[in-house]
Amino acid sequence: MLSRTAENLYWMARYMERAESTARLLTMGQRMAILPGAHHRDEWRSVVRATGAEANFPEDSHVKETDVVSYLMLDLDNPSSIRSCLAKARANGKSARTMLTQDMWEALNEGWRKLDSYDVAEARQQLPGLIDWVKTRAMTFRGAAESGQLRNEGHDFLRAGGALERAQMTLRLLDVKYYVLLPETEVVGGTRDHYQWTSVLHALSGSRAYHHVYGGAYTPWQITDFLMLNRMFPRSVAFCYDQLAYRLSRLAGWHDARASCDDTVSEMVSGLENVDSGEIFRRGLHETVQNGLMMTNRLGMEIAQAYHFG
Amino acid sequence: MPMERILLRVAGQRDSFRVPFGFRSFFPLAIRTAACSNAAAHNAKPPWFKMETPLTFYEMLDQAGSVRSCYAEVQNWVERTGISGLNRRLEEAEAIFRRIGITFAVYGEGGDPERLIPFDLLPRIFTAQEWRVLDKGIRQRARALNAFLHDIYHRGEIIRAGIMPAEIIYQNSAYRPEMAGFSPPGKVYSHIVGIDIVRTGPDSFEVLEDNCRTPSGVSYMLENREIMTRMFPELFGQGVVAPVDDYPAELLKSLKEVAPPACKGDPVVVVLTPGALNSAYYEHSFLADLMGVELVEPADLFVDAGRVWMKTTSGPTAVDVIYRRIDDEYIDPLTFRPDSLLGVPGIFNVYRNGGVTLCSAPGSGIADDKAVYVYVPEMIRFYLGEQPILSNIKTWRCAKPDECAYVLEHLSELVAKEVHGSGGYGMLIGPKATPEEVAAYADRIRANPSEFIAQPTLDLSTVPTLGPASVVERHADFRPYCLVGKQLRLVPGGLTRVALTEGSLVVNSSQGGGVKDTWVMQD
Repeated sequence: MLSRTAENLYWMARYMERAESTARLLTMGQRMAILPGAHHRDEWRSVVRATGAEANFPEDSHVKETDVVSYLMLDLDNPSSIRSCLAKARANGKSARTMLTQDMWEALNEGWRKLDSYDVAEARQQLPGLIDWVKTRAMTFRGAAESGQLRNEGHDFLRAGGALERAQMTLRLLDVKYYVLLPETEVVGGTRDHYQWTSVLHALSGSRAYHHVYGGAYTPWQITDFLMLNRMFPRSVAFCYDQLAYRLSRLAGWHDARASCDDTVSEMVSGLENVDSGEIFRRGLHETVQNGLMMTNRLGMEIAQAYHFG
Repeated sequence: MPMERILLRVAGQRDSFRVPFGFRSFFPLAIRTAACSNAAAHNAKPPWFKMETPLTFYEMLDQAGSVRSCYAEVQNWVERTGISGLNRRLEEAEAIFRRIGITFAVYGEGGDPERLIPFDLLPRIFTAQEWRVLDKGIRQRARALNAFLHDIYHRGEIIRAGIMPAEIIYQNSAYRPEMAGFSPPGKVYSHIVGIDIVRTGPDSFEVLEDNCRTPSGVSYMLENREIMTRMFPELFGQGVVAPVDDYPAELLKSLKEVAPPACKGDPVVVVLTPGALNSAYYEHSFLADLMGVELVEPADLFVDAGRVWMKTTSGPTAVDVIYRRIDDEYIDPLTFRPDSLLGVPGIFNVYRNGGVTLCSAPGSGIADDKAVYVYVPEMIRFYLGEQPILSNIKTWRCAKPDECAYVLEHLSELVAKEVHGSGGYGMLIGPKATPEEVAAYADRIRANPSEFIAQPTLDLSTVPTLGPASVVERHADFRPYCLVGKQLRLVPGGLTRVALTEGSLVVNSSQGGGVKDTWVMQD
């Protein structure tokens, strides 16, 4: 397969995943912003931080919903805005058109210019509907790939890109909110932090799932276990690492060659094996999350190198 | 300012200026129209508009005014479905086209950067008998054009024989001296010959121009058929329409047949596209997809050790045949334009040494040059020893004193233009021009006769087309695609472009032109 095509597929999946994650973050921001004390905590800033875009907002001022919606939903100058992501996913898909099924292409192509006609006021007003629309686009795309795409190396590149992006989003959310999980804040924060965490779980589409697994109570240990280690939850870091390891081992098989990315992903997977959340807290939640972000970034670069991207 | 871009073109003239459409000489087919300075003038019928006269052949009817038998089924279908029913189905068809992404790209003009080409539901139909003539004529022309290309890059016998003047060839910017003395595999230069044909009567087909480089539009031929069979299977139920869907397989066969000497085993074929922003990108990816070959961009290729390689996830893979959709001058910055960012440095050298085959060969464009067009009938006689089956549009060359005299005398009835001009520039539409303009143009011809040619205005045939309230007559042209490998291949069909505006002779999609399915009936 052409290296460029592999790269197109990998990034197409990343952009679609990123568009969906960003949409979910906006939902989280809205939920948190209506909680008591939200203004004091500058909740929209945590949304911006989770996308890695905090540098674009002045440090000393309060971050406003309007600015965040504009920046994360509509701004074409922000390469990670939903509008940018959808356009770039489509552009990648167009360049790898021969590797997509008709359904996958249609999922990318359908309404790709929809957001062009929105201004911030309209987007805010219709935010829940727009967020649902973005999620539907991403889910349709994934479903089309799942049900129709040939299981050749192209599919593995696509899924590897999606898994990497998803692991990073969960890690970034943990990075932004880890302090709420620290055991001592439970005393300080009380029930409000529970609301914060339900919002985070909502953003990851995991609040119902959480209750199924752990029953009703929120504890830092269980939430950490759920988001970092739970192999049943498809947005947990461990689940995404497993996916990455599986896709990369298939790719190594196609090419009959191991590369440094295969060693890195093994290291990432084993780092979360035979560990419980107590252990993570002993090591330091913040450090663990930071390390995860560093490793996923490194992995991305090593994949690019191994398969001769750009 | 679309008005300023109305294309002025008569037979054989090439639009080399950047048309909004972007396809080189594809949609910018315009037969005869006038540049209008305002909308009112645009709507007025040009003086040579003769659709109402009995001279215009309406392809749906015979001379007695009855529906021709080949159109009988379509006629029944229209009556069964009704005009409003058909228009509803048309909307469905357009929705499908947009969803699939069959668009052409127009950047930098505002509006939707990816537009749909208007599609007309009513097929254009040729009888088996008509097709037999066209088929022979198209193949004949494709053979002669390739023979001509081989000749002028070798001994130049046609010049020695005094049939063509040397300066038309050797001083032509489309002539590539770098190709002199080199024989591409199978002596094939133009592997896909698109021949633009107009019809002027029941038995008269005339060639408007040849396209020997990389003619576009074949994806529309395939998609138009696809959408018609998908939406109206009942029309095809009896197997009376010849299929066209083996075109990609035939193209692949033709490309494999011209593999270079360095090729070992099954040839690796790729389609080379400038990239996803190119206006014809959809077609490039479509063809690569249907042939099951890689669609590569220039940056995917590099030259090493006398071969061309593509960068793959498993490392470099040798490429044997490149169906390139990039113009000659951009293909290799070391040989042609040094400022080209689209090229693959060193590829031409590999080509000349038999390491790769470029389709079409650089320098093929000379064969579709408009100064050369005039000589195609003579080429057919000279190289093939046959009489031309398809005629050219009558062209007077002012370089010849007697023809020049005729042109000067009849200038107000003719379309005159510069031999080396392009687009609509420097041309005179006699019937549209004021006496002062005609006189001024005549002075220019007298000053430098060899720079001018002239052609008559034609009565182009019309085809039935779906209007909002009825079936209407619209002018159309036709482009078949002849494949040339070790043998000639021609699928029974092609692309019919239709002027959707009443009386218009412009089938350019940016000027209200559209496309329709073309049926060749089987006996």
